[in-house]
Amino acid sequence: METSIRNTLCNIALLAVLAVVLYVFEKHGTEYQIRILNNMAIFITLAVSYNLVNGFCGILHLGPNAFITIGAYTSALLTMSPAEKQLSFIIEPLIWPLSVIQVPFAVSLIAAGVTATVFAFLISFPVFRVRGDYLAIVTLGFGEVIRVLCNAMQSLTNGPLGLKGLTPYTTLWWSWGVAVFTVVVITKLVNSSYGRAMKAIREDETAAKAMGVDPYRHLLLAFLISAFFSGVAGGLLAHLITTISPTLFTFFLTFNLLIIIVVGGLGSTSGAVIAAALFAWGGEALRVVESPMNLGFVTLPGIPGMRMVLFSIILMVVILFARRGIMGRSELSWNRVFAALRLQTKA
Amino acid sequence: MTATNFMQQIINGISLGSLYALVAIGYTMVYGILRLINFAHGDLLMVAAYAAIYAVSLLSLPWQISFPLVMVLTGLFGILLDRVAYKPLRDAPRISLLISAIGASFLLENLAIVLIGGVPKGFPRPEAFARVIDLWGLRIQVLTVYTPVLTLVLLMGLLYIVHRTKVGKAMRAASKDFETTRLMGINLDRIIAVTFFLGSSLAAAGGIMWAMKYPQVNPFMGVIPGLKAFIAAVLGGIGNIVGAVVGGFVLGLGEILIVALFPQMAQYRDAFAFTVLILVLLFRPTGIMGEPITDKT
Repeated sequence: METSIRNTLCNIALLAVLAVVLYVFEKHGTEYQIRILNNMAIFITLAVSYNLVNGFCGILHLGPNAFITIGAYTSALLTMSPAEKQLSFIIEPLIWPLSVIQVPFAVSLIAAGVTATVFAFLISFPVFRVRGDYLAIVTLGFGEVIRVLCNAMQSLTNGPLGLKGLTPYTTLWWSWGVAVFTVVVITKLVNSSYGRAMKAIREDETAAKAMGVDPYRHLLLAFLISAFFSGVAGGLLAHLITTISPTLFTFFLTFNLLIIIVVGGLGSTSGAVIAAALFAWGGEALRVVESPMNLGFVTLPGIPGMRMVLFSIILMVVILFARRGIMGRSELSWNRVFAALRLQTKA
Repeated sequence: MTATNFMQQIINGISLGSLYALVAIGYTMVYGILRLINFAHGDLLMVAAYAAIYAVSLLSLPWQISFPLVMVLTGLFGILLDRVAYKPLRDAPRISLLISAIGASFLLENLAIVLIGGVPKGFPRPEAFARVIDLWGLRIQVLTVYTPVLTLVLLMGLLYIVHRTKVGKAMRAASKDFETTRLMGINLDRIIAVTFFLGSSLAAAGGIMWAMKYPQVNPFMGVIPGLKAFIAAVLGGIGNIVGAVVGGFVLGLGEILIVALFPQMAQYRDAFAFTVLILVLLFRPTGIMGEPITDKT
């Protein structure tokens, strides 16, 4: 059988399995399980799109939380009904066009992505004038500026009060649909000539330039696409937790994403997917260390904050001793799976 | 605004600026040699502030002994930080070094939460710093005057070390060309350790002064001053010690004055520093006193 046909069939089979799993959980899963699955999908979307910039282009961008915030607010403001908005904005009324608009969830998600992309384009001018550590700080600073603006611009964001009572539109189908779409788009992009140019820039920007690759154009493309998906994921997140406020999307969120892509392997989409799923599940599983533990003869007190210590230690251990992470820069592909299977049968 | 009020604000600005300057020196020194933003540098403020609290309250040392002691301890802690988080990555890609720095920063903050707790602690401010004096009609806390004086004294000491001693010569050489310095038989690990020691002790001084100015010590107290001090270092021209001090003063004065002159901008105060950063990078990436950036790879 031709390998490309085989791979397509396998992909379809994988999607079918995913759909069955989601269907089963939607019908019979507990609320807790569904929440973890939703988180998993959103983290996959965020990590895969973040990895496009950090892993494939090799620049340290520290501001995805800004784009997530922008996406969350955009989509939340668009799906709330005018009546709800009037109730929420008690200190200062919402500015005019937004106060009367209400659109379906799907439209609001696209709007969230587009708005995030527009902001990414605006910030790209100072961002791509610099590289390395400077770029990290500028993007980090942008995240802080967005947070300050969210607190200050009462007539647009309702300030520190945030937006409450959003309709929980985000179902498993929405979150996983977006996640699958993101993975497909990013994989296609990375395997295209654009993706090869991005990797060339990561390896040596001067050499890439000498080969006729325009770094600015390719980095910008990656940055904008990443911002688009971060924005969409922000919209999903807003309608999952149904309450958003400026304190929700701090640098902390970026830090979590950074852990995910470093553990997964910088520059590996499948690594980002695996690590994001592990993170969403592990983050819940590790809650044990923060609650009191009864070992029968002795009760260990829970230690609040211990999870973050563990996460920080994991990040440092991976970066110091196992810099490749789970996947390094390789991908989990059907070709590799079948090659591994063939070796198994021969042996 | 009256002239007195304006003078008051200027003095506040200088005082705040000198705090940024103290912290910015550490960033600029480490960056000069390792080309690394030490993200955990701001957290050294927090480490120093807690150390000072325990030295004063638990060991009941007088502040004259405990504050210099804390500076030395924080300096040693800085060396430890370098040994654990940065030294193993000297030859690794830059992105790994930065990620390690971010990881170290989060680890320190969260360890502080676990070990000490997230509830802010009061800082035992010695009486000597809390007095209010009358200076030409201005009522000023002595702390506000001491801070810039201390900054200038420490700056003088540092400049002496960097420009008049052998270690300083080696530090300057390392920041010009890391590899060649190594070829000249200079023990770079020792030079880097000295750099971290000096930078971290200055951060400790900044942390103690900060905790006296805003006597609420919590695990995240170093984050915002750290970021702003870094911006001050960039503003002054990163790698340049005097530049870092100038940048600190400019940023501190700017922040205070913008709030004083345009009170309605108060809630945007934290965004001011980042706006400055973006403008500097757009129009003069080398900062006020920086030399043109040369590619050192």
